[in-house]
Amino acid sequence: MTSAVTTCPVAIRIQEDDFDIAREIAVLTKSRTDIGAVVSFSGICRADEDSSKIAALTLEHYPGMAEEEIKRHVDEAISRWPLNGVTVIHRVGRFMPGQNIVLVLTASQHRRAAFEAAEFLMDYLKTSAPFWKKEESATGTGWVEAHARDDEAAARWTKS
Amino acid sequence: MKVKYFAWVRERVGKAEEIIEPPATVRTVEELIAWLSGQSEAYAYAFEKPKVIRTAIDHAHVKADAAISGAREIAFFPPMTGG
Repeated sequence: MTSAVTTCPVAIRIQEDDFDIAREIAVLTKSRTDIGAVVSFSGICRADEDSSKIAALTLEHYPGMAEEEIKRHVDEAISRWPLNGVTVIHRVGRFMPGQNIVLVLTASQHRRAAFEAAEFLMDYLKTSAPFWKKEESATGTGWVEAHARDDEAAARWTKS
Repeated sequence: MKVKYFAWVRERVGKAEEIIEPPATVRTVEELIAWLSGQSEAYAYAFEKPKVIRTAIDHAHVKADAAISGAREIAFFPPMTGG
């Protein structure tokens, strides 16, 4: 009797270039028969923020630390859920409304782990990965302030 | 030690990174922020609300009372807003 070998390949990229969600899912699932669920979350630049029109968004990051911080949380997700693959892509640079900013893919045998791990990763990406957004609108430019609701979302994953 | 600044902290300080040599009496992140704030108006402006400032030592988040001894790279930045 042979048991299926489960591996969890991890891809973490910070890039200026756009990503193709379908292609990233295809890369993650290629030649795999142990994956039963893939959850994808993509974050997209909105045109409205608190009733003001956004013309563009610029994303800055801390090279080195950003990758390490994402890796730390991917490792934690892998220890908490039975995952079969994780891809995290975060773009940096200047974006117009409608353009992609971030992609999280989580693969597992069953959907619940994939859904929960994707939410966990996004909650921590928003509150602990060193990225900052600057908005451009008709009234000028300004750095986006962190929301307490994001900290609350991340706090629910804290083990008691 | 090398110090890096990001987002509006970088804009207020006026530079992305620099090498600094604080006196030996400066032992914690909190004390380093206070010492930098005394160096010029630009630093005082950047650190005017020290509780808002986040700090990382060698790529790991730390609290204000963290010791800076042995740090290769200290980074100061506002709360993160990625994702």
